[in-house]
Amino acid sequence: MSITIAPPGMNRRHFLQHLAGASALAWPAMSFAAALRNGAAELKKNQRAAILLWMNGGPSTIDIWDLKPGAPTGGPFRPIATSGDEQICEHLPLLAKQMHHLSIIRAMSTREADHMRGRYHMHTGFVPDPSLEHPGYGSVVSHMLAEQTRQLELAIPPFVAVGGGSVGPGFLGMAHAPFVVNSDGNVRNLKLGIDATRLSQRMQMLAALEKNFVKQDRGQSAADHANVLDKTVSLMTSKQMEAFQVSLEPLAVRERYGNSNFARGCLMARRLVEQGVPFIEVDSGGWDTHGDNFRTLGENKLPDLDKAMSALMSDLDERGLLERTAVIWMGEFGRTPRINGSSGRDHWASCWSAVVGGAGMKGGIAVGRTNSDGTEVDGEPRTAQDLMATICKSLAIPLETTFTSPNGRPLKIANGGKPISELFA
Amino acid sequence: MAQTQGIIAFGRPLGATGILPVFAAALATLLHLLFAPAALLAQSKTSAREPAAANSSAPDLQIALINEHVRNHWDKHKVSPSPAATDGEWCRRVFLDVLGRIPTVEELERFQSEPARERKARLADRLLGSDYVDEYARNWSALWTNILIGRSGGTERNSLVNRQGLEQSLRRAFRGNVPYDQLALELISAKGVSKPGEDGFNGFVNFMAGNLEEKGVQATTKTSQVFLGLQIQCTQCHNHPFNDWKQSQFWELNAFFRQTRALRRFDRGATRQIESVELINQDFAGEDNLPEKAASFYEQRNGLVKVAYPVFVDGTKLKTDSGFVEDVDRRVELAKLIVGSEYLGKALVNRMWAHFLGYGLTRPIDDMGPHNPPSHPELLESLAGEFTSRGYNQKTLVRWILLSEPYGLSSKIIARNKKDAPAQGEKPLFSRFYMRQMRPEELYQSLVVATEADKATLDTESHEAARREWLKQFTLSFGTDDKEEGTTFNGTIPQTLMMMNGDLIAKATSGEKGGRLHRMANDANLTNAVRIQRLYLAALARKPTAQEIALANELMLLRQDPAKALEDVWWAVLNSGEFILNH
Repeated sequence: MSITIAPPGMNRRHFLQHLAGASALAWPAMSFAAALRNGAAELKKNQRAAILLWMNGGPSTIDIWDLKPGAPTGGPFRPIATSGDEQICEHLPLLAKQMHHLSIIRAMSTREADHMRGRYHMHTGFVPDPSLEHPGYGSVVSHMLAEQTRQLELAIPPFVAVGGGSVGPGFLGMAHAPFVVNSDGNVRNLKLGIDATRLSQRMQMLAALEKNFVKQDRGQSAADHANVLDKTVSLMTSKQMEAFQVSLEPLAVRERYGNSNFARGCLMARRLVEQGVPFIEVDSGGWDTHGDNFRTLGENKLPDLDKAMSALMSDLDERGLLERTAVIWMGEFGRTPRINGSSGRDHWASCWSAVVGGAGMKGGIAVGRTNSDGTEVDGEPRTAQDLMATICKSLAIPLETTFTSPNGRPLKIANGGKPISELFA
Repeated sequence: MAQTQGIIAFGRPLGATGILPVFAAALATLLHLLFAPAALLAQSKTSAREPAAANSSAPDLQIALINEHVRNHWDKHKVSPSPAATDGEWCRRVFLDVLGRIPTVEELERFQSEPARERKARLADRLLGSDYVDEYARNWSALWTNILIGRSGGTERNSLVNRQGLEQSLRRAFRGNVPYDQLALELISAKGVSKPGEDGFNGFVNFMAGNLEEKGVQATTKTSQVFLGLQIQCTQCHNHPFNDWKQSQFWELNAFFRQTRALRRFDRGATRQIESVELINQDFAGEDNLPEKAASFYEQRNGLVKVAYPVFVDGTKLKTDSGFVEDVDRRVELAKLIVGSEYLGKALVNRMWAHFLGYGLTRPIDDMGPHNPPSHPELLESLAGEFTSRGYNQKTLVRWILLSEPYGLSSKIIARNKKDAPAQGEKPLFSRFYMRQMRPEELYQSLVVATEADKATLDTESHEAARREWLKQFTLSFGTDDKEEGTTFNGTIPQTLMMMNGDLIAKATSGEKGGRLHRMANDANLTNAVRIQRLYLAALARKPTAQEIALANELMLLRQDPAKALEDVWWAVLNSGEFILNH
């Protein structure tokens, strides 16, 4: 274990020399990584990233991306034209101007219509298995792009989840667990209550405890604990943490994204991509519209989504980030074409829409389609695995990658899904 | 007591001979059959005051039986158990698992001063006895509040659920060691008002009060999961893909909840928020308005509408499908059916086993059934059978598990049990104690005890409020109809930041006047070595190593102020994996 800290404004090597001179307690890990690379800026230009906009609860995609005006299942919303080939809901006028960057996969057909199972399935490409925890998008991408984060000397964890818990790292281990933060950008308990010299002395006491305990071979969680301590200390003392401070953005930029938690999450995601974080998940809750679906969407959810997501797309594009940043919009499933007695729609996984864009994926098209009342996929259905494989491909992550589970099972990345070829034409 | 102690202390040699334990097991079963009614009677009279002290030899035979079943699987899979945990490790884990906190130095020293052969049984009896009845009730009511309504239940504005109400009623139940079947009956059939202090208060209504929307789908799911150990939520929409549950069964079970209503009572004053909820059963007219045979409808995937009447999961129908409460109170009938079924005992035994041993006998614990066979079927049968026939006494069950061999093993992995690796998806063999992180509630309470942080100024209610506030920071609510939630208290960076820099730790590690560290630093009778030793004992239930003493001494020399050095040592100890991992 190498616990290394430096006070703000001092690089680690300088800090260690300083410490070694000042303190009777010699630092145990003097031989750590080389000095900051000068080429960091260059590296950032080539880095890849993905942003998952997670619509928790299961969004009613039949009212958002795949409208059925006039059908008994259609609901009151009207479609509008966009800058792409697709039509979308009238409550997304700003996003309509960004649709040339985004494609709608209207043929999603998945197999889990329970929130927990659906979230697991859509994040991992696998169905829940009590004997094995699979890694989700964020952990897979963070794992596969580890070389990039190493070169950037990223102190921020490579997988950040804003405003929601996402799913765990599974067998990829705690190093790829989501770093869960609030959308206000204030990372709790980040401030050192004591000076850095004293902290380093405490850390040495602690390092001795950790080392002894790990050595006793009581299980992985002891080593995980030591590693997380290490990461936490480097994060506490890193200037990179400013990337979370959405409030540092000019007012005009903040206003462009909007005033919702989701909006701040989207803006934070852009800042984190600039900093080199390979995967950010932004959570938007409240899509579980069993009742009052249309008012909830029309007055609340869709206006917030419209503002924030359109700002994110145009902002990424203007900064030249979109060509190497994949954006995914989805929830755990869609909602029933049938409108229930409470003007709501219930869980529905057999046909629904997800939206993707950026990172070289073709924008402005609809992939696949549903029948006239939106009750089934018309043509080839696309799965959670296919969607995950598509994102991997867009990030140049080799689809031949095979993981080995802790009990020795080989597991194909994205559960062997096939990338959606229409998006790479 | 001394006589029965032998069986525990010599549990291993007994097991090694093979024949004897089988005989002992048979004898145990026989004894239980003979004495079960008497035991039931005795328990209902003595209540919780001295649950364990009254134990006859029969329950200790049950301990031997646990050991035997677990050992059989070691033999079968050719693994060896790790050596026994040290006394300090064992004492610490028992306090954590029974009371939800680590032991104080005084408690640890008392345990270690007792005769070696008796100390474990004595500690188990002490923690389950009258000395600790309040702490026991606090811990188990908090655990069960989380099981029943999650960590976020009742914490949102305008919630239908009164969290304190539920905790209060549970606390009373655990204080009296109310038999589990009775507790289940009360929770499932509860009627009354949710808020403490109001007329007709019954805190148990808070289990169901927030789950009755959309025809009581969530009440159905939760009741089945918690009390039957069955996950049937998927069958709401379709027949289960992996097991035999049918969609019709979900709606037949759901039909039991259709008379239940949660009536909201609003604050007439400024807030106009929900003040309390009254849970009642009222006549159910049926979805086609024929109350004499009150039907519920559900839709199959192909769009076909089907009809459902109350039928329990084992096929039992009610004597009438009438929706009139005076003809039949469906929820009371359901409670009786659940309590009379074998599911209840099995689900609880599995839950308790998982609580103490780290993994249940099925994974997950609340998804039992032929599609998910238990790792130790005989053990589950035997424990559930004994627990049930001995009057659902939870403290007796706890005592059996505490004094069993697998619970007493070290968490250190040895070459001969490396392959016992449930973390890697294998079925657990319980050949060592599986290390796990404290729950946030346990951390909080441990810090309070270890630092005496509460004794200064806080009375009980403000202490409770502070605890609730602190716990809230880790809960992530997903905002979905099933009230799913997550936690950031999961060994990741936010938790570590809290441990390093958070207010609670700052307070616990403060050497300011009035605190424990200050007193210790200024007690002229104590040497530095003793001071350091007491900190290690308080947090880790062990003495520091020579290296740790040397490091701490170096700090003592470096600091002008000994209280400051103690702050540093205490901070390091509290931030260690050894502290937060129950090992």
